[in-house]
Amino acid sequence: MASTVLHIVNSTLEWVTLALDTPSARAVVFGVHIGGHLFVEGLLLVVILFLLSQKSYKPPKRPLTKKEIDELCEEWVPEPLIPPITEEMQYEPPVLESAAGPHTIINGKEVVNFSSANYLGLIGHEKLLESCTSALEKYGVGSCGPRQFYGTIDVHLDCEARIAKFLGTPDSILYSYGLSTIFSAIPCFCKKGDIIVVDEGVHWGIQNGLYLSRSTIVYFKHNDMESLQNTLEKITAENKRAKQLRRYIIVEAIYQNSGQIAPLNEIIRLKEKYRFRVLLDESNSFGVLGRSGKGLTEYYGVPVDKIDIITAAMGHALATEGGFCTGSARVIDHQRLSSSGYVFSASLPPYLASAAITAIDVLEGNPALVAKLKENIAILWKGLSNIRGLSIASHPESPIVFLRLEKSKGSVKDDLKLLEQIADCALKEDSVFVVVTKRSTLDKCRLPVGIKLFVSAAHSESDMFKACESLKRFTESLLSNYN
Amino acid sequence: MIAIPYLAALTTYFSYGLLFAFGQIRDFFRKILDWSGSNNLQGYAPICVAHEDFYVRRLYLRIQDCFGRPITSAPDAWFDVVERYSNDNNKTLKRTTNISRCLNLGSYNYLGFAAADEYCTPRVIESLRKYSPSTCSSRVDAGTTALHNELEKCVADFVGKPAAIVFGMGYVTNSAILPVLIGKGGLIISDSLNHNSIVNGARGSGATIRVFQHNTPSHLEEVLREQLAEGQPRTHRPWKKIMVIVEGIYSMEGDLCKLPEIIAICKKYKAYIYLDEAHSIGAVGKTGKGVCELLGVDTADVDIMMGTFTKSFGSCGGYIAGSKELIQYLKYTCPAHLYATSISPPAAEQIKSSIKVILGEDGSNRGPQKLAQIRENSNFFRSELQKMGFEVIGDDDSPVVPIMLYNPAKIPAFSRECLKQNVAVVMVAFPATPLLLARVRVCISASHTKEDLVKALKVFDQVGDLVGIKYFPAEPDKEQEEDKIVKLD
Repeated sequence: MASTVLHIVNSTLEWVTLALDTPSARAVVFGVHIGGHLFVEGLLLVVILFLLSQKSYKPPKRPLTKKEIDELCEEWVPEPLIPPITEEMQYEPPVLESAAGPHTIINGKEVVNFSSANYLGLIGHEKLLESCTSALEKYGVGSCGPRQFYGTIDVHLDCEARIAKFLGTPDSILYSYGLSTIFSAIPCFCKKGDIIVVDEGVHWGIQNGLYLSRSTIVYFKHNDMESLQNTLEKITAENKRAKQLRRYIIVEAIYQNSGQIAPLNEIIRLKEKYRFRVLLDESNSFGVLGRSGKGLTEYYGVPVDKIDIITAAMGHALATEGGFCTGSARVIDHQRLSSSGYVFSASLPPYLASAAITAIDVLEGNPALVAKLKENIAILWKGLSNIRGLSIASHPESPIVFLRLEKSKGSVKDDLKLLEQIADCALKEDSVFVVVTKRSTLDKCRLPVGIKLFVSAAHSESDMFKACESLKRFTESLLSNYN
Repeated sequence: MIAIPYLAALTTYFSYGLLFAFGQIRDFFRKILDWSGSNNLQGYAPICVAHEDFYVRRLYLRIQDCFGRPITSAPDAWFDVVERYSNDNNKTLKRTTNISRCLNLGSYNYLGFAAADEYCTPRVIESLRKYSPSTCSSRVDAGTTALHNELEKCVADFVGKPAAIVFGMGYVTNSAILPVLIGKGGLIISDSLNHNSIVNGARGSGATIRVFQHNTPSHLEEVLREQLAEGQPRTHRPWKKIMVIVEGIYSMEGDLCKLPEIIAICKKYKAYIYLDEAHSIGAVGKTGKGVCELLGVDTADVDIMMGTFTKSFGSCGGYIAGSKELIQYLKYTCPAHLYATSISPPAAEQIKSSIKVILGEDGSNRGPQKLAQIRENSNFFRSELQKMGFEVIGDDDSPVVPIMLYNPAKIPAFSRECLKQNVAVVMVAFPATPLLLARVRVCISASHTKEDLVKALKVFDQVGDLVGIKYFPAEPDKEQEEDKIVKLD
């Protein structure tokens, strides 16, 4: 056995040596001796090249089978649609039984109303009711269509022209709801890639508009001009080359969340220095600030064409519903075709548009209303400034008087509870109706909470006296109980 | 799905190509002319970059006079349209004092409550005197009056749900509710032809959005299975919740949603369903209660029902109806409830009164009459148009009747010719519909009489022949055939 194997091995070796020693194996090609070992090396090279050209090993992709998907679908448990109802969610607001004027009826009792933003006292005004009645008889209630499809009624066009004439701007556009004005105007002008510098205390409408616009958003400290300047400086330094980049500053004239007034002359100076456009929300200052009620631009003596876009909700001083936006003709024309809240929604009911026209006529005819409002604010300010435990956080000329706790009780929840107790007692025992800030879970604003009083030109001195006394009494008693 | 005829597709592409080419040539010349002139932007970026509003400047402005026509009367069955003229080739339009009385086939006036109504208007004026046109306050502050609470109860009873919440505008209802109900980590599956308000609300919520083919329950099931198996994008965690959003009647197609199948699928895969009944509430169903009544679906199966009051009730505003806990939660967190002015009291009174009329609670038979009238009108109009050879889409019983045009040049032609004969219609084109599928959208109302519809049909017949949109062969008139047979004998 072993000898046969040895014999086979020997004969194979002899055969191989013979093959390697054949005459061709001793040839000289191009000056290179071809030895037998070159064949082995050539074979090795071929094997290496073959291996390199193969794809690396990947485990094959197996899609999920129908049975597996069925199992996954069975196992999945969704979250409940809404979280469980807690006690604070069961809050019911007081129900009014008459118009929301300076005096209103709640639960059969007459109360002094400081919760409606009825700044010029136009709720219940005879002229407004007359024009609404005639509009209702002529046009019915709704307009039954968007502006592009026979929803444009002549009162809409008249209202837009009236607002533009009153403010001194080329043109204006009417929206059918106050909240949708701002969150449709912002995505119309600000697209992905643009830069917006905005105050951190703006209300939810503006926050939603910013989110929908998908632009880069930078916040600056609430009403702090130095912080604004630093932010603008930083942004300009970072984006020197972008010429097609649109840049905006968005501020409110009177902030709904704190009652502060934006210093417009400073903002204009910064805007012109750094070449930003300004979008101003004048919901709470239209009809309030300035000698004839034209808003923040008149208050600071700034010509109105320096502001690029002014928006306002009409549900405050003008005692009607809806909103408008005004600016240059280019700005307004652009919105007529690309603002989603204008194009895809039914237009403002015609009786509300005619109420707006009448309200502006009344305002233009008696600028004394604006002066009376200023007086009332001053009286209320004086009366509320010496309450121990509450400090006034709003501007002395703002019609929203914002009272904050001097010392916070630890958490926002506790603060709110205490403030609600004060407001409740004021309503039930003294018939003074004031409001506590309510924040939605979606709201990103982190300004402190407080009690708000909306001053109206129709309030009398005794009303305001009553409110001051009532708040003073209950604050002091409840705070001492707490301590 | 609309299948466009081959020849029509070819000619439409050619027309758009021609318009595009002309637009580019004019832009080029405008750029040359502006080169020499001074640029008054002074270092600010332009509001609109040239290519962003190309469609508006070069295509839409040519036919601007077909859109946004002002009226000076209530949008009833017949109304007064103001004539306009232009000195600068349709760039700006100026009003004149001439008016023409036209038949209204464009306003959303399904049950005829658009003009002053004998039952509703006196009550509306009374509530105006009592509560004033506005409450100047949000619902949680001082904007809730006794009227608002009554209205919410009335709406909940009408729709068939335990509770409801009312907002001042339909668009805001969708935009402000969706972010509250679903957030990051959730999945929204919406129909491909949903309204812009739903799209905006879904974007604002931060959830992942997937689209399923229009009205195709099998594709919805496919998408659901795929998404459940995959989980959240990139992390593959399981979804927090899934919401399917559909509409009752789609406003551009006029077809009803396949609700029973979609609800069966949602129940099987444990997804929540959100039904937007903007066009169907009050207009379809035996007693006007919407698609659920028409298709025989139990309202308890739909988790969230939303609708607007602009179309069938002649007012403004929107509502959400659902379980008591849902409505309580929404009243606590919804931003539109906490920050926006409450619905105007006269508008609320109009909704209440019109619901009473529809249910017959005002002591007369007008409500059921109106409902029967609109059903009859829509079916009659649709069948007559189809007999004439027009391409009409949408389902039977739906009051929205779209007629296909396709070619962009036919849009202004049809509109202007109809206006000359005192019929006012609505044209819809890009971007509300896909580029090739321009159409005329007729909205039937219960206040249209048979004579009005016959007149409209005559005008459409004439103008249709002139413009050339009878894509199907017309059915021969039965009377003519009988005459011929008699003559032969």
